[in-house]
Amino acid sequence: LVSCFTVGQHNGLQHLRCDLHRLDEGPSVQTVLTREDGLRYYRTMQTMRRMELKADQLYKQKIIRGFCHLYDGQEACAVGIEAGISPTDHLITAYRSHGYTYTRGVSVKEIMAELTGRSGGVAKGKGGSMHMYAKNFYGGNGIVGAQVPLGAGVALACQYQGKNEVCVTLYGDGAANQGQIFESFNMAALWKLPCIFICENNKYGMGTSVERASASTDYYKRGDYIPGLRVDGMDVLSVREATRFAADYCRSGKGPILMELQTYRYHGHSMSDPGVSYRTREEIQEIRSKSDPITMLKDCMISRNMASLEEIKDIDATVRKEIEEAAQFATSDPEPPLEDLCKHIFYNDAPLEVRGTHPWMRLKSIS
Amino acid sequence: MFYIRVTVRDALNQAMDEELERDERVFLLGEEVAQYDGAYKVSRGLWKKYGDKRIIDTPITEMGFAGIAVGAAMAGLRPICEFMTFNFSMQAIDQVINSAAKTYYMSAGRQSVPIVFRGPNGASAGVAAQHSQCFAAWYGHCPGLKVVSPWSAEDARGLLKSAIRDDNPVVFLENELMYGVPFEMSEESQSKDFLIPIGKAKIERQGNHITVVSHSRMVSLCLDAAAVLAKEGIECEVINMRTIRPLDAEAIETSVMKTNHLITVEGGWPQFGVGGEILARIMEGPAFNYLDAPAVRVTGVDIPMPYAKILEDNSVPQIKDIIFSVKKTLNA
Repeated sequence: LVSCFTVGQHNGLQHLRCDLHRLDEGPSVQTVLTREDGLRYYRTMQTMRRMELKADQLYKQKIIRGFCHLYDGQEACAVGIEAGISPTDHLITAYRSHGYTYTRGVSVKEIMAELTGRSGGVAKGKGGSMHMYAKNFYGGNGIVGAQVPLGAGVALACQYQGKNEVCVTLYGDGAANQGQIFESFNMAALWKLPCIFICENNKYGMGTSVERASASTDYYKRGDYIPGLRVDGMDVLSVREATRFAADYCRSGKGPILMELQTYRYHGHSMSDPGVSYRTREEIQEIRSKSDPITMLKDCMISRNMASLEEIKDIDATVRKEIEEAAQFATSDPEPPLEDLCKHIFYNDAPLEVRGTHPWMRLKSIS
Repeated sequence: MFYIRVTVRDALNQAMDEELERDERVFLLGEEVAQYDGAYKVSRGLWKKYGDKRIIDTPITEMGFAGIAVGAAMAGLRPICEFMTFNFSMQAIDQVINSAAKTYYMSAGRQSVPIVFRGPNGASAGVAAQHSQCFAAWYGHCPGLKVVSPWSAEDARGLLKSAIRDDNPVVFLENELMYGVPFEMSEESQSKDFLIPIGKAKIERQGNHITVVSHSRMVSLCLDAAAVLAKEGIECEVINMRTIRPLDAEAIETSVMKTNHLITVEGGWPQFGVGGEILARIMEGPAFNYLDAPAVRVTGVDIPMPYAKILEDNSVPQIKDIIFSVKKTLNA
């Protein structure tokens, strides 16, 4: 087995090529994939995939309720981005966030238990699918587009504190038309904030295709004066290289940059959406068979003799087991105690009386 | 006794200056706060002293810069986000409520948001309907926020310092017409660590006949009304709420249990307002049995604010309205 190989233009692959906007140079068209990295990316993506599919199952069993926006198909984005930045960098995204919650360091167990609303969840069951947080990960945000000014604000804090950190701020093709995003672009560019704006274009904002929502679907150009690149979001190495490039750009003090990742979601917008009224099953199947990010990485590694089919199968089995155990935990862990109802209103504050459903119900909030 | 006269504006300015000096994570952003010295000159001199990094002029994009301020607070800074008036905060209200107020709870304590949103609130003079709304009730409605409404220069100083040092989102409702009003301030209040606790009301004037509860500029009118009424032998106990949320119901109840009569006075609209909340709490609490007459609210008129002076003057409570309501309540 080889320990690394170079992926790039000279191999005849179209990978790693980006479309550029206001940039003379783009990310490197070649990169080296090591066996260690390859296996890690594979395992991470596979874990995310199986986690989301398990969530689908649990939702249909009514063990997960409310909103559940699944990320399967888009794994290369989260994994590639994380590979291009450091844990000391910052990241914020919208509601299709389970994948990022994982890549930012939260265990599958804690994610699933949050989805099932149990006390072992990363937000103790109080947040749910869209409100999971971790160090340098600011959620999980439910209001479309609101996370973008927040991300620019995190970038401002990075600049202010002078630690050479950047903030990756994600949004979707649907959110891309939000006014507050353009407000964020303006201030980020004006103040040269170290913010990597990333549009995950999965072609549909809920049930509305990009052509029906946006007068311009060149999302990587929508930052206007902000340089942009459009990247194949189904290829983890392309995403990684583009992210490295973007992070270098920001860290050098040049200001914000915008990346469009062209990607695809297999599920509908959420578990309430079958996802086939506005697109064909053929389209979904075509992507699955030709552009699946996990399959592509696997085939790449096997064909270059970097990994054997057996060890890939071993990884799959290990992942399956991990997900099963996490699901077990998520279904058996108790719900948060009623005493938690009023906790966490304020931080670092004296206990506060909270009104219950009637005047005789006097509850207490503790920090 | 040592007293100096300080305007509300200068008290706010000094409070921000001292807190900027004390903690380098504190910074101010908003429209015209830096090079213009503040639309109402509240931040005068701060940019000259602290520079571009700490005092930031923003474009006219409330939703964007309020969100940026919240994000900065999440990532370790302590922003003061100024809205030129709270009318413009409506553009950004999603960031105040959904991004700031609710986050500590949703994250089960993982993510705190130490931010202050401040600016003038309520009616001014001649600025008409879109620039005169009072937001005390709107923000006071939301768990996860603290909402403060100072009246005097001492309130402004002590409460703003507390708000900036608070690790939670605080909505700080100032009043443009109060900015230029001077108040006597004690030597004690000039200390750099002079703090007024959020959530505690103050009795500005003691009295035995009726409790008059108010906040912000209306406290001045209540005290003026009380002076007139005193000549007729009616002694009002005037309570300055200082904080809208958490509301100091106990202070009001204690007073009502002494005076047996209550009116509330606010500049905002009547329906679903601050006075409505106070009356409901009195109904539900121990003070109800002590009331000798129904408690009533004195409020702004239930209309968008008109422009013509005679109309505007009659759209907000006047001293005569307070006097009338006190007498009606006492004779009822």
